[in-house]
Amino acid sequence: MNQRCAVIGIGQTHHKAKREDVSIAGMVREAAVAALEDAGLDFSDIDAVVVGKAPDMFEGIMMPELYLAGALGAVGKPMFRVHTAGSVGGSTAIVAAHLVATGIHKRVLTVAFEKQSDSDAMWALSVPQPFSAPLLAGAGGYFAPIIRSYIRRSGAPNDVGMKVAVKDRLQALKNPYAHLHLPDIDLQTVEDSVMLWDPLHYLESCPSSDGAAAMVLVSDDVAAAQEKVTGRAPAWVHGMAMRSEPTMFAGRNQINPQAGRDCAKDVFGQAGITNPREELDCAEVYVPFSWYEPMWLENLGFCEQGEGWKLTDSGATALDGGDIPWNCSGGVLSSNPIGASGMLRFLEAALQVRGMAGEHQVPDARKALGHAYGGGSQFFAMWVVGTDRPD
Amino acid sequence: MSSAPTPKQGTRPVAVVAFAQSPSQRRIEQANEVELLMPVVHDAYNAAGMTKDDIDFICSGSTDYLIGGPFSFVTALDAVGVWPPKRESHVEMDGAWALYEAWVQLQEEECDVALVYGFGKSSLGDLNRILALQLDPYTMAPLWPDQVSLAALQAQAMIDQGLASEEDFARIASRARHNALSNPNAQVANDKSMEELLQDDYVVAPLRRHALPPLSDAAAAMILVAGDRAFDVVDRPAWITGIDHRIEAHALGVRKLTESVSTTKAAEVAGVNDGAVDIAEIHAPFAHQEILLRRAMGLDESTTVNPSGGPLAANPLMAGGLIRIGEAANRIMDGSASRAVAHATSGPVLQQNLVAVLEGAS
Repeated sequence: MNQRCAVIGIGQTHHKAKREDVSIAGMVREAAVAALEDAGLDFSDIDAVVVGKAPDMFEGIMMPELYLAGALGAVGKPMFRVHTAGSVGGSTAIVAAHLVATGIHKRVLTVAFEKQSDSDAMWALSVPQPFSAPLLAGAGGYFAPIIRSYIRRSGAPNDVGMKVAVKDRLQALKNPYAHLHLPDIDLQTVEDSVMLWDPLHYLESCPSSDGAAAMVLVSDDVAAAQEKVTGRAPAWVHGMAMRSEPTMFAGRNQINPQAGRDCAKDVFGQAGITNPREELDCAEVYVPFSWYEPMWLENLGFCEQGEGWKLTDSGATALDGGDIPWNCSGGVLSSNPIGASGMLRFLEAALQVRGMAGEHQVPDARKALGHAYGGGSQFFAMWVVGTDRPD
Repeated sequence: MSSAPTPKQGTRPVAVVAFAQSPSQRRIEQANEVELLMPVVHDAYNAAGMTKDDIDFICSGSTDYLIGGPFSFVTALDAVGVWPPKRESHVEMDGAWALYEAWVQLQEEECDVALVYGFGKSSLGDLNRILALQLDPYTMAPLWPDQVSLAALQAQAMIDQGLASEEDFARIASRARHNALSNPNAQVANDKSMEELLQDDYVVAPLRRHALPPLSDAAAAMILVAGDRAFDVVDRPAWITGIDHRIEAHALGVRKLTESVSTTKAAEVAGVNDGAVDIAEIHAPFAHQEILLRRAMGLDESTTVNPSGGPLAANPLMAGGLIRIGEAANRIMDGSASRAVAHATSGPVLQQNLVAVLEGAS
């Protein structure tokens, strides 16, 4: 990074199964306006707008950002559209942050969204392509065999996934924006829910949500000026990284992908972190299916390989009593507007280090990880944000 | 010893050092997107004397709506072989915007070399139907307005305001297809006079057949290098000394269709008129748009426009804008131009525009 980049504005919608009260434009604007209000800025203050979402077939609109130019105040400005599969919300934030970190712009609005109820994501993901391995029955059908392989390799007991499902949903009760609020959830209700893709029960899977996320990213001087106006502290970007690897080739480790490990090493290196479990206060990690918590704990270096499930099992990743709380917001398991899900991880990490996470705040959180992944667990985007301005 | 010119945007000079494209064709049935793209990527590597191991960042531009399935960029990326894992990103935009993202990344010290590519097979579906899905989904798309009719509205508005005539459209088309005779990658090349072209039937009045771009399948790839290292790759790197892009309102009713204010703004920021422009590659799919864009950028008669033939000779969706930058860069690299402008467009009737200035070292 050539210059410092700070998050001074954060906004999101109340994520729901169906937002029938708003158009796509109305929905993204809701998040954008909230982020601008938090930042103490107006659309006219913004230099550039960076939009992200998952495949256009999810809504059935080709390049919807073109139609959103007015709603997002981008007319007359540079507007950019990122699409990197499920990781896109994270990648979009990173593309936007680079515009500030390189000194090209001073105030960038970044927005990510999905209005899943306009179409059918499971159908859109299952269109057969010539000469490509079919992604049968949506993402769950793709990831279940990888999860089974993880369980076999690690010797994890069968209920670890269910524990993640319960933990994240109980944490979601403290997040008013979360889609799922399931106060009565326990291990038994998860186990009793229908088996979708063995070993994943219905309640171990993410919901389909409508929702949007937005952030205002600014340079050093703007961050200082706006803090005086709003009285709210920024979150500083301490590191950001993206990595990709091919979907499949002989010898690829799909359970613990190299791209995820490399990306974590890069982002922690930039942030000066050598032991993420000790040095981070919390993490918002893309866990769309329960078992991805223990798998990513290992991939991201929070523990040794084969030990991830033990952290989850011991309660180390719980907001209540854990030493390294994961997904205090309820995570992707509680809200999944796909294109925005990665950005929600990034902005929840920023909320934590700004001390603005409300009921799901980790006390005195000063450093947090935001993480997103996509494709066949092959695209990774991560950032580390902190309360302190990096040197 | 040459040195990189000081860029108008950014702090670190970035140059195009290699560009490759597949010949545009009306319909390529014997190769899918990946098979179309891979030889082009390797041509770019070979031209730069590089392998994938030299690449620090990859960015591509494509759209799922051509292939009719999600993640068309993923299979392409698989073929590029991002192993060991790479820094990589994708834009659901023309490859010209992928270049923009790569240019941003190259402003940072940890990134020196980038691969950019764009690909599109317009032949897979009915482009008039597909592009209608780019329009406002609530008020416009349900009416299925096709891109030719929208362009014709714009052309008629130009005629009504006395800004252009049907003869002008034919003259531009005649010149473009004539220039294309010397471009081996062009799809439509001939030597028809303006008078001959004016015998064409209207497709949608006032646009006759010749004023429309061909439907093309093609891929293009480019290598960018930051800093003086570019001189190690080629004698005359094409330095990107200015680059900017802007968007306008989507609804046609709130835009003045005979002007391109977004192009004017981008050209101003990129510094188009800070010096003489030898050649300009303009992404004007319809003949009348060349007049409009030329005016928007303030280019006078001293600038040679679309020496490659431009989009009227070959118009692959999602690669067409990147090809404009590549054609301009080629003319810097071969010494036939010292200052060139490249333009790319996206969205209905020129909604979004990118302008880049390329220069050789002084």
